Amino acid sequence: MKPNSDQPTHSVKPGDDNNVYHHDAAENLPPHSHHDGETLKEIDVEAYWRANVRVLIVLLSAWAFVSLGCGVLFSDWLDQFSIGGFPLGFWFTQQGSMLCFVAIIFIYHVWMKKIERVHGVDDDDKSGDTGAPS
Amino acid sequence: MSAQTLSFIFVGLSFALYIGIAIWSRVGSTKEFYVAGGGIHPVINGMATAADWMSAASFLSVAGILAFTGRDGAVYLVGWTGGYVLLALLLAPYLRKFGRFTVPEFIGDRYYSKLARVVAVVCLIFISFTYIAGQMRGVGIVFSRFLEVEIETGVVIGMAIVFCYAVLGGMKGITYTQVAQYCVLIFAFMVPAIFMSIMWTDNPIPQFGLGDKLNDGSGLTVLQKLDQVTTELGFNTYTVGTRSTIDSLAIAAALMIGTAGLPHVIVRFFTVPKVSDARKSAGYALVFICIMYTTIPAVAAFSRLNLTESVNEVAYSEAPAWIEKWENTGLIAWKDKNGDGIMQYRPGHAFSPTKPVFTEVRGTYGERVVSNELTSNANEMYVDRDIMVMANPEIAQLPNWVIALVAAGAVAAALSTAAGLLLVISSSVAHDLMKRTFMPDISDKRELLYARLAAVVAILIAGWFGINPPAFVAQVVAFAFGMAAASLFPPIVMGIFSKRINRSGAVAGMLVGLSSTLAYIVYFNFVAPEMNNPEHWFLGISPTGIGTLGAALNVAVATLISRFTAPPPVEVQAMIDDIRIPAGAGVAHEH
Repeated sequence: MKPNSDQPTHSVKPGDDNNVYHHDAAENLPPHSHHDGETLKEIDVEAYWRANVRVLIVLLSAWAFVSLGCGVLFSDWLDQFSIGGFPLGFWFTQQGSMLCFVAIIFIYHVWMKKIERVHGVDDDDKSGDTGAPS
Repeated sequence: MSAQTLSFIFVGLSFALYIGIAIWSRVGSTKEFYVAGGGIHPVINGMATAADWMSAASFLSVAGILAFTGRDGAVYLVGWTGGYVLLALLLAPYLRKFGRFTVPEFIGDRYYSKLARVVAVVCLIFISFTYIAGQMRGVGIVFSRFLEVEIETGVVIGMAIVFCYAVLGGMKGITYTQVAQYCVLIFAFMVPAIFMSIMWTDNPIPQFGLGDKLNDGSGLTVLQKLDQVTTELGFNTYTVGTRSTIDSLAIAAALMIGTAGLPHVIVRFFTVPKVSDARKSAGYALVFICIMYTTIPAVAAFSRLNLTESVNEVAYSEAPAWIEKWENTGLIAWKDKNGDGIMQYRPGHAFSPTKPVFTEVRGTYGERVVSNELTSNANEMYVDRDIMVMANPEIAQLPNWVIALVAAGAVAAALSTAAGLLLVISSSVAHDLMKRTFMPDISDKRELLYARLAAVVAILIAGWFGINPPAFVAQVVAFAFGMAAASLFPPIVMGIFSKRINRSGAVAGMLVGLSSTLAYIVYFNFVAPEMNNPEHWFLGISPTGIGTLGAALNVAVATLISRFTAPPPVEVQAMIDDIRIPAGAGVAHEH
């Protein structure tokens, strides 16, 4: 899984034709100008994956806290507080948890984008061609 | 113009729009048919996903469930929306990177096994058909009530429309049609909600109106009033839950995991250009869904107030016209138990069996006479939950065009979901069974032909379900989530996050998960329905929530068996490494 010297990309080498999994080699090489040339840094896939899993643990804990925690487990306890005319626990079951879910997904999107840039594995298309490769 | 004429015009116009889009977006290749060529913008894809996923059940039934069960019903809202977090975080980006057409294809490749692929196809078809039956019933209800045609005719018309754009347009046609359908259904859902919110609280935003003070000068908030009304009549207090904590947890978890495991939703993330777009797209989908889902509690609360006020202690002879109309469709019934000519709406079932069995005769006040045995409680009304959303505009005395709009919205919700399901069924049959398993040598053209044929067969079966709806459809839709949770979600997630889970583990896990969940559901609903209560449930978990245990069992079995058998081959491990990295995703492609 390490990029070798004669292939200036992080893409996995396509397997041979009998493999279960194989890409068309050309499709694995979209224009990634920011990876080319002298600025190419060694991509540490392991470190990227660990960072990814860390993000998932943090965000999934938030997800479980909101959905199963505020929505079910201590929903009744939260009712002693109130927000905009709602008992807080009731509000979480009817509206609040959904707003948190949306926030979690967008935080995930932004956070991952940042991590991917740091590790050089993002899928930004810098060539200006925003359409789908086909 | 009458509501019926307007309904014909609105539904007709929306159909013309869908067919127009179908003709405009005809497809020629399997890639376009399965994943729309992979070039759909994330916002558009999010909107289509929202329409795909918001079914007739969401549009018609959830507000009704919430109106009648109050806080207990809210677990469905949390469950169905919370699943998107799992989908966005655990599945969408990796499956997009994997870049093929179908869910069974991922399972088949990841577990290097035709058997695994076939098992996945079976799970997928099972889930999709149980789900589709509910959609067709929704179409039937709308047609029979608003257009006053026979349910059979209505279902046939609906099937013909879906046939046009799903079979001709494939995923491309479906995607753009679903965008149109989302617009129709969200508009149709919001308009009556806004009207009702203004009516009760003067607040035009239903989400805020629900927490607001009533405008009748009583000084009570909407929720206080609801609690007061429900308690006075002896119902469960609206904002207080009655379900056990463990069952609520299990149901919420089963619905969340199940949502993330629904094949027609997962496949939507194969259609965006990039991995990061798949994440973004899941976020947009949830935004579009939440616009409707945060409105549902408000609709539920206002309609409960409306219903109670316009029915309870009102003389039948002075009842509003909608009562008689719905009585004629068999979804409302009244039996004057105490002979005072006044409708008493109280807790408990008015009859035994619960659903009314009508005779041909009319009673003293012109009501339809039921032949059911009467129960001993004071309740005289039977009100079907599914009518709440559609009856709302009439109950709230909104203009006729709102009624017509709701009819068009309900049909849009049902058709968009049905089309998405038909597509995953046809692509699984043509691609996973024919091309990848039994006839690897068929050409692209041939495969497309099989996909279209499979769609035709699936439409016919779905239509049959619509015309002869099984009585248990509403429950079955919830069970589809349990089965998706127990069978498809675990092998996909484990396949991405573990390199150790192998062929034998995954197949055994899927089989154990699906069969145990199915057995539990079938036992409590069909074999021994009299045992279907918390006393007899395993750990106090209802059949709706059992998918959670099924998923846990799936994971346990798969892990254990994989431990004692050989690890996956090197090239599969390389493939796992590849899908974990976002960069370099080509368009979803043919083998």
